[in-house]
Amino acid sequence: MSRVEFDDDRCKGCCLCVSVCPKKIIALHKDKLNQKGFHPAGVEEMDKCTGCRFCAFICPDNVIEVYK
Amino acid sequence: MKKVFARTRGLTDKPFHYCPGCTHGIIHRLIAEVMCEMDILGETIGVSPVGCTYNNYEYFACDMVQAAHGRAPAVATGIKRVHPDQPVFTYQGDGDLAAIGTAEIIHAAARGEKITAFFANNAIYGMTSGQMAPTTLLGQVTTTSPFGRDAAVEGYPINVSEMLATIRGAVYIERVAVNNFKEISKAKKAIAKAFRVQQQKLGFSMVEILSTCPTNWGKDPVASLRWLEDEMMAQYPLGVFRGGDLEV
Amino acid sequence: MSSRVLMKGNEVIAEAAIRAGCRHYFGYPITPQTEIMNYMARRMKDVDGTMVQAESEIAAINMVYGAAAAGARVMTTSSSPGISLKQEGFSYIAGAELPAVVVNIVRCGPGLGGILPAQGDYFQATKGGGHGDYKNIVLAPASVQELYELTVEAFNLADKYRMLVMILGDGTLGQMMEPVSYRDAEQIETVEKPWHVCGTKDKRQHRTVQSIYIDPDDLEALNDKLQAKYRTVEKQDTMVEMIGCEDAEIIITAFGTSSRISRNVLRLADDLGIKVGMIRPITLWPFPSEAIMEAAAADSVKSFLDIELNAGQMLEDVRLAVNGRKPVHFLGRTGGNLPTQKEIIEKIRTIAGR
Repeated sequence: MSRVEFDDDRCKGCCLCVSVCPKKIIALHKDKLNQKGFHPAGVEEMDKCTGCRFCAFICPDNVIEVYK
Repeated sequence: MKKVFARTRGLTDKPFHYCPGCTHGIIHRLIAEVMCEMDILGETIGVSPVGCTYNNYEYFACDMVQAAHGRAPAVATGIKRVHPDQPVFTYQGDGDLAAIGTAEIIHAAARGEKITAFFANNAIYGMTSGQMAPTTLLGQVTTTSPFGRDAAVEGYPINVSEMLATIRGAVYIERVAVNNFKEISKAKKAIAKAFRVQQQKLGFSMVEILSTCPTNWGKDPVASLRWLEDEMMAQYPLGVFRGGDLEV
Repeated sequence: MSSRVLMKGNEVIAEAAIRAGCRHYFGYPITPQTEIMNYMARRMKDVDGTMVQAESEIAAINMVYGAAAAGARVMTTSSSPGISLKQEGFSYIAGAELPAVVVNIVRCGPGLGGILPAQGDYFQATKGGGHGDYKNIVLAPASVQELYELTVEAFNLADKYRMLVMILGDGTLGQMMEPVSYRDAEQIETVEKPWHVCGTKDKRQHRTVQSIYIDPDDLEALNDKLQAKYRTVEKQDTMVEMIGCEDAEIIITAFGTSSRISRNVLRLADDLGIKVGMIRPITLWPFPSEAIMEAAAADSVKSFLDIELNAGQMLEDVRLAVNGRKPVHFLGRTGGNLPTQKEIIEKIRTIAGR
């Protein structure tokens, strides 16, 4: 069981996390806008998360925290 | 469940002002994490000169001094001579370190000044909106090389790490990148090693970090990482240029 | 008790700095002031300080900026062309409100000019030189003894106001030997520096020394603060020497080396029956305008004669202070030449009409 948490308002929608997720479970929330005016990234199927931290490592804006 | 990746207290809570996908943020995080893990955050003094990262004094949770364009190694020298037992680092871009500040970085290295330079090389002037840098690749289009950098007109890129590695006072020089999990991990190790070299008063250390500038490269952030891997790494190979055998 | 020794002006500056608690010196060789650096290279070893020979004047002033930010008493010295290069750092030091001492042993210009004495850097020293609205305190010694006194004072003033204090000498003062009396111990006015960087020790918020303010209101607030500080300096620390001005008919205005030559002329003029006084600014900024205004208002004073080793720079400040009340004449030499006593007497006779 693993989990990632996104701090939506720090996200700039750059998609680097989307590109590195081995499970392909991260996507931009096209229906949401954060304070900065970006569609923030988030996870749809959290049960598939392995806690690999790839997303957190590549995120330039310290959006992501990982639990395992 | 345990938290296995958290924001570092080496950074303040202030969100970065950098463009989406700009990898300066990753480099900031790595330096901050290393300062915390080595327990030197309370001792370290950083110097931020001019460039996109001019205000990183708002992000790093250690004492900081803002400096004139290119002069960070001289400012850091002044600080280090007053506080010889405290870690002092500069955070410089390619315009800052390899153009206007060339003399300052070379002579800080030659003096074996016990400081660490973190050199973010993204092959362009970011802050002034995309002018040719000393590290701009041949053929690369910038606002001041609009037809692509032509060696006959604009000369050749400078390989700073290779150049500084010829200087005896520079005891540890490594070029890393922040394009994927593996390289980011290696970059962090290099940053930690540079700080240890300084702690042990062995001499000058520099970590050159290949970084992206999606906005001024005119590429999306993911394509920018690929361009860094395909084009930049060909001109700027990763590796240790000096101090590979240093046990610190 | 004090010790009296014969020493060269440049070496006295270096010794005075060390006595004032300066333990960090950064410089670049340039004639006619390099003896300061040579002296520092030897002497700093005795006192556990550092002397760094920088790669350029630009690097040296930025090392000063760093050491001042780190809380140290720090100095750099140079001569005219080198001082031009340091202007970038001066502006940053003013913006970041750092205390620092800079010595300019002026040589003649423009350009590479020559290595002989001059006062052609008056405008650059007192009106800015770098970018932005700022002032440096500028001290103008006229003897080797005063090089000592004013160098010590420069460090105290720098700390008191968090400002750059410049000692504006010239090649004559730097190169001449005169007796100097040192005090046994200096009055070092230590001040708290709660703004300096030394590491948070994990006990306080992190600090920044900076001159950048992106928000216009923040930057205007800094400028207002600087201007208020400059008004305080003008009020509290303007220094001037007045010689025989009470019933003078002609008043000479001169500083540094030109004031030394002029001083000798006062008695010669007296012998001719012409009463001449002298106003010698010791601080060139703040400029002693009030002393000159008062003299200009006196009935006995018929005219002023400004004497400088340039084409007429302090002359403008004298004219502003006199404000048209009396004529202001000028005698200047350039290129490294000094006005002779004879030239000055001739000028005085022409002005006096006898």
